[in-house]
Amino acid sequence: MADPDVLRPKHIGARVRRVEDPRLLTGQGAFADDRIVPGALHIAFRRSDHAHALISGIDTAAAAAMPGVFAVYTAADLEGLVEPLRATSRMRNYHATPLYPLARGRVRHVGEPVVAVLAEDRYRAEDALDGIAIDYAPLAAVSDPRAALGADAPVLHEEAGTNVLAEREFSRGDIAAELAAAPIRVGGSFRFHRKAPTAIENRACIAEYDRGRRLLTLTSSTQIPGVIRDALADLLDMPGHSVRVVAADVGGGFGGKASLYPEEILVAVLARRLGRAVRWTGDRLEDLATTSHGFDEIIDAELALDRDGTMLALSAEVIGDVGAYSIYPWTAALEPVQVVSFMPGPYRVPTYRGRVRAVATNKAPTGPYRGVGRPIATFVMERLVDMAARRLSLDPAELRRRNLVRPEEFPYRVASGIVWDRSGFGECLERACAAIDYPKLRTDQGKARAAGRLCGVGIASYAELTGIGSRISAAPGMPINTGTETATIRLDSTGAVTGNFGIASHGQGLETTLAQVIADELGARLADIQILQGDSALVAHGTGTYASRSAVLAGGAAVSAARLLKERIIRAASHLLEAAVEDIDAADGRVFVSGTDRSLSFREIARAVYTEIGRLPRDAREELEVTKVYDPFFGTATAATHIAALEIDPQTCKVRLDRYVVAEDCGRVINPMIVDGQVHGAVAQGIGAALTEEIVYDEAGQLLTASLVDYVIPAASEVPPIETIHLDTESPSTLGGFRGMGEGGTIGAPAAVANALADALAPLGAEIFELPMTPERLFRLITEATAQARGD
Amino acid sequence: MSKHRTIKATVNGIAYERSVEPRLLLSDFLRQTLGLTGTHVGCEHGVCGACTVLIDGDSARACLYFAVQADGRHIETVEGLGTIDDLSPLQQEFREHHALQCGFCTPGMLMTCVDLLKKYPLASDAEIRDGLSGNLCRCTGYEHIVRAVRAAAARRGRKDDG
Repeated sequence: MADPDVLRPKHIGARVRRVEDPRLLTGQGAFADDRIVPGALHIAFRRSDHAHALISGIDTAAAAAMPGVFAVYTAADLEGLVEPLRATSRMRNYHATPLYPLARGRVRHVGEPVVAVLAEDRYRAEDALDGIAIDYAPLAAVSDPRAALGADAPVLHEEAGTNVLAEREFSRGDIAAELAAAPIRVGGSFRFHRKAPTAIENRACIAEYDRGRRLLTLTSSTQIPGVIRDALADLLDMPGHSVRVVAADVGGGFGGKASLYPEEILVAVLARRLGRAVRWTGDRLEDLATTSHGFDEIIDAELALDRDGTMLALSAEVIGDVGAYSIYPWTAALEPVQVVSFMPGPYRVPTYRGRVRAVATNKAPTGPYRGVGRPIATFVMERLVDMAARRLSLDPAELRRRNLVRPEEFPYRVASGIVWDRSGFGECLERACAAIDYPKLRTDQGKARAAGRLCGVGIASYAELTGIGSRISAAPGMPINTGTETATIRLDSTGAVTGNFGIASHGQGLETTLAQVIADELGARLADIQILQGDSALVAHGTGTYASRSAVLAGGAAVSAARLLKERIIRAASHLLEAAVEDIDAADGRVFVSGTDRSLSFREIARAVYTEIGRLPRDAREELEVTKVYDPFFGTATAATHIAALEIDPQTCKVRLDRYVVAEDCGRVINPMIVDGQVHGAVAQGIGAALTEEIVYDEAGQLLTASLVDYVIPAASEVPPIETIHLDTESPSTLGGFRGMGEGGTIGAPAAVANALADALAPLGAEIFELPMTPERLFRLITEATAQARGD
Repeated sequence: MSKHRTIKATVNGIAYERSVEPRLLLSDFLRQTLGLTGTHVGCEHGVCGACTVLIDGDSARACLYFAVQADGRHIETVEGLGTIDDLSPLQQEFREHHALQCGFCTPGMLMTCVDLLKKYPLASDAEIRDGLSGNLCRCTGYEHIVRAVRAAAARRGRKDDG
């Protein structure tokens, strides 16, 4: 028997410092725009300044003659070089939209690329944009998604014949009858405005083409190198081994870098055609105008309850403003459909009807943004819960307690078809209440309120599906498989361990956490392990990092591959140490016979297997490299409760967050330091979504928030310290026991802040139906409520 | 375009003489001309602070300076702090407290902190947060950065760190 102490994990669960940090702290990172290739041509784009127009003519002669300009391209110059991109889906009532690298005859949103200038540097490329003349014949533009549904609305994609690019309905029970019979009904029309993911690194990419080897390498600030490799291979009709997509260090993504963009296709096409490196460095204006936006829904919702607070029925009618195109590979359906599929949340809601329409407008396309649909679903549901609690004169925590799915009810099938596996729904609520001392918080609030102060407390409970496997990822019929992940783990001839993955870390610290998993499973030293990721050439199939998948899927693949590799190492060691396999174990990079002082280092075993031929029988020299694919099939549920305490300054309408607590169940915690960091950052984004961040277009489809002065993301002075409590209440069915947690903070925070704002304004009789609640909106709300109270 | 001008600037202790266009941004001079890609560019309009460097000891946004304005001046960038094998005390605290995730805002954040640590008591978290409020980070939610700066401020007075 091996020593049980040795078997105990040492790295999983430990606050291991990140291996990524030294390079990033010293300016030695390798971000896409850091790649310097002599002779590279720089692209600048002349983008549409019209929201909707036909292109009647383009004159590029003056631009082409400008100093330093190498070539000017329009859509006509690309005919035959590249196929249009289409995000297909098997979903009924879905219309894919063709997307060309440069607008072809028509523009559908401000910022759409129309002409590309290639020049010797970025300055000269941008100079030449002024030499381009484009004749537009303006078309009627539609900016309001409700108007886009109208019979006389301009249709963006004539081949679709409608602006409704996707439509879906979930239904369980007789919603009309249940609503009619219910004694308590609360509801309203909710609005969650459009966001920009706003990674601090703007999108950038450089394509290089090695003509001798026919090898195209795209270095890009992307979350999905594997998806892009597969798509480019198709669009350019090249074999996968001739297309490599690299995302070494990526400066944040949050979903904004999880789609394939026209710029990436164009640099690849032109680099291959010209045999030269072609680069594009996006600026912040381009980021805010063209990186996929997030959220943007109108939700009419109603919740029916019994007099004791038992939830009876929920109905939601959702319009998702998806912008001008259906984004690749996710489709226009992804964001709005998740609003209705997750609307019932972690509660027992027997009867449900949720209907959603994804509506095209003349704005930038929406795509995945941290939380995807669920921040909106949670905002609406948690607001309804608080409205119901007030109607019933029940404490909001108590109403949640009565309706959260109970431990004995798992697995619980949500009315939309989602199945929650066991997760600490109720425990998260209780632990968050305990951590913040909820009763005292309410007492303090009562005193402050008596003194005339606008203080509020808001709770948000939610559940999400994470680490989604092939069963669920296949359901919408997208052209990619997100439900599996591959690990190749190798012990090389020097005794070093390398783990290759299809994921693409962009801040999550996966080079550290996956090394922790492998170290424990293999018995290797952390220092001997290197994780390679962010490169499509590493594994046969990969997609990238998004949707809170990487710890669950790559972690599971790592566990699976490391276990098999360890068996092989131990079999080799049993020959070398002349001991039975059962008596041998590995730890700290050594293999030892338990109860003896006989041991070998991984290095010694590697040498015996690879180089010191003769030390092992020929058939005992197994390959010390294992590839395993992991598919969690369904995935797992992650649950949390957030509690926010805040005060509104009635003079300035500035909101000050005083306390913020998150209790979450992310299963087995690999690295608590990293989990804390993910929660903090996600909550900060949720606070921004609740209070300041809004992408605004005017009625003509012009973007009004095109700088970081107008699109306001939170600074250090606006984010409170965030207290986190990690529960590990139920072991999920995933290999390794991990649940995903990268997005959760952004799912809970808008709802918690909205409920706290509504609570603060309760004495005035005001409700919160709209986010972000900017100072201007708060001012109007307070002014109107005060006027109504006075009877004006 | 316009005629080139010759500038002499000291960057991280090394004297450079280069011929540049008057319109060349300092951020592009550092990244493209000198190959010091540690200084990152996040907005090119002076809001995000990712490109923060020290000019004659004071923090400044390299995207709001022209390279010609650096003529005769001393510039310090993230490459002038510690090395991978020998991190500076501030860099060590950033690592210890997990004050970075994607690492893109980090060089600017560090250079701002160098300036703050030199000039201000940083006696409270509120003061630290005020000092950091000109540098945007989208990953961390700032709490871990605040802790790192708090630790670096405390360490500042100790003898062993000089």
